Amino acid sequence: MNRSATQESRSVQAVLIVLTIGLLVAFLLLPLVVVFTQALKDGLAGVLDALSQPDALAAIRLTLLVAAISVPLNAACGLAAAWCVSRFQFRGRNLLITLIELPFSVSPVISGLVWVLLFGASGWFGPFLSQHGIRIIFAVPGLVLATVFVTFPYVARTLIPLMEQQGSAEEEAALTLGAGLWQMLWHVTLPNIGWGLLYGVLLCNARAMGEFGAVAVVSGHIRGQTMTMPLQVEALFNDYDWIGAFSIAGLLALLALVTLVFKAILEWRLERRSGGLL
Amino acid sequence: MHRSHLTRRTALAALAAAPLAVASHRAHAADVTLLNVSYDPTRELYRAINRAFTPVYQKQSGDRVTINQSHGGSGAQTRAVLDGLEADVVTLALGADIDALAKRGLVAADWQKRLPDNASPYTSTIVFLVRKGNPKGLKDWSDLLKPGVAVITPNPKTSGGARWNFLAALAWAKAQPGATDASAEDYMRALFRQVPVLDTGARGATNSFVQRGLGDVLLAWENEAWLARKEFGADEYAIVYPSVSILAEPPVSVVDSVVDKRGTRAVAEAYLKFLYSPEGQDIAAKNFYRPRDATVLARYAERYPAIKMVTIEDFGGWPTAQAANFSDGGLFDRIFTPGK
Repeated sequence: MNRSATQESRSVQAVLIVLTIGLLVAFLLLPLVVVFTQALKDGLAGVLDALSQPDALAAIRLTLLVAAISVPLNAACGLAAAWCVSRFQFRGRNLLITLIELPFSVSPVISGLVWVLLFGASGWFGPFLSQHGIRIIFAVPGLVLATVFVTFPYVARTLIPLMEQQGSAEEEAALTLGAGLWQMLWHVTLPNIGWGLLYGVLLCNARAMGEFGAVAVVSGHIRGQTMTMPLQVEALFNDYDWIGAFSIAGLLALLALVTLVFKAILEWRLERRSGGLL
Repeated sequence: MHRSHLTRRTALAALAAAPLAVASHRAHAADVTLLNVSYDPTRELYRAINRAFTPVYQKQSGDRVTINQSHGGSGAQTRAVLDGLEADVVTLALGADIDALAKRGLVAADWQKRLPDNASPYTSTIVFLVRKGNPKGLKDWSDLLKPGVAVITPNPKTSGGARWNFLAALAWAKAQPGATDASAEDYMRALFRQVPVLDTGARGATNSFVQRGLGDVLLAWENEAWLARKEFGADEYAIVYPSVSILAEPPVSVVDSVVDKRGTRAVAEAYLKFLYSPEGQDIAAKNFYRPRDATVLARYAERYPAIKMVTIEDFGGWPTAQAANFSDGGLFDRIFTPGK
């Protein structure tokens, strides 16, 4: 039997396709349908009312704020890290790559807990911070730190293979022609990796807005103050407020759908540029 | 996020106006925020309390107070306050949790003597919530051991309500004729063999029972059981009062280290006192907590049947009860082996 994988019999093909679609419907589509039908149980007015509650608005604002801080930060750091890793060979390069990927393998709860252990009242810097009236844990800075930590790898991980594949020839040409560092970055590097960067930022943003575990640990769960959208969903669900919980969940789901569409567009563009690397 | 309620400028203005203020009430109304860190089932209670307290306090002092709420398992909330969550007041499920704050110097050691009734403005007890028509015929603690009865209770390590559940069951076992420590331990072991899942908090356990349809009986706070009936239909669930239960006293306290730092002691104390006022007591009773005030209790008498209750003092007080039952190597650790 020397058949290649692409020459399976038609019946096997059909079974695989049905199985895949079945799983997709059961695990992805069905929950999504449940979210929207639950939210719309009292019609669109119920959803709008739920979303205009002060606590819901505060959660939406806070989620946007946290994402607005952590995503650009990670985009800049990720770009720098990817450039460093793909352009230079140095001792500890592999260690650096491993470190960049560390948040992928750490449980989100731990990602939150480290900040409590560092900045909590009984943590390493706790006494110093409380003496100076600086609040990190159970406040916005803590939420940003936790989010930055869990979303750190997305931009760097997207850019590293892309930049390695592109190589540094164009950048070297720019430098030999007398371009400064910023000129090179602005006119050569960024245009080359633009779509990839956007793709990384998109993934980073989706995770930043949807993160639950890490922010739950550092939030303190103060209603209207330190509750991001995912935390607010859980709180409302436990308040027996289904319309409220599923309305915000629906908003998050919509965000995911928008992300998905953008992602598809970006993947299509990237494929054309880099010949199917991603 | 809640910043000190006085900006520097209003603080200076208040200082400057202090001599005047004595004569003519207060010159400047301030905006005050309080953070009330509470346990899981009190969400509805404190929403109502906060709504009522704000106008009362404004009339009293001229200050506009905004009260922020944080809810979670009582043990987890205690942990958060220890880690630096700046609670002006804590309203927790049991005394042991505030003791833990006192041990670290966040709360004065005599906290339980500073307010009436062991600093518990309302009480509750532990009841059985069963499904429509009580199909398994569960009337008392002994019935929970019947074959095939699944009992839902949260984890005593993380949930305050679960610790009251545990002690209520233990009280019954110890009150049986000829009971010994060993027979009580046997009962508890048998009881927890009927428990299929341990949620981390009371509300999670209620959701397991009501929403996920797990179990035949939920061991619950009386207030949580009444609220579940209100939310999910009074004919779907019934409340069963066992022959003996426990007087659950959820205590309240200002967090001294925080109110002194933020200058919120006056409003925090007024807030807790409000819980004892006739209005506060009535709100508690409406939200299914047993009020301490006898006249308020009389108004809601048919909702709160008088049953035989032991108190935490029968277990030697919280420090003793906590160490004997819930610390590492305590009774709960001895009788419960997960995953069987």
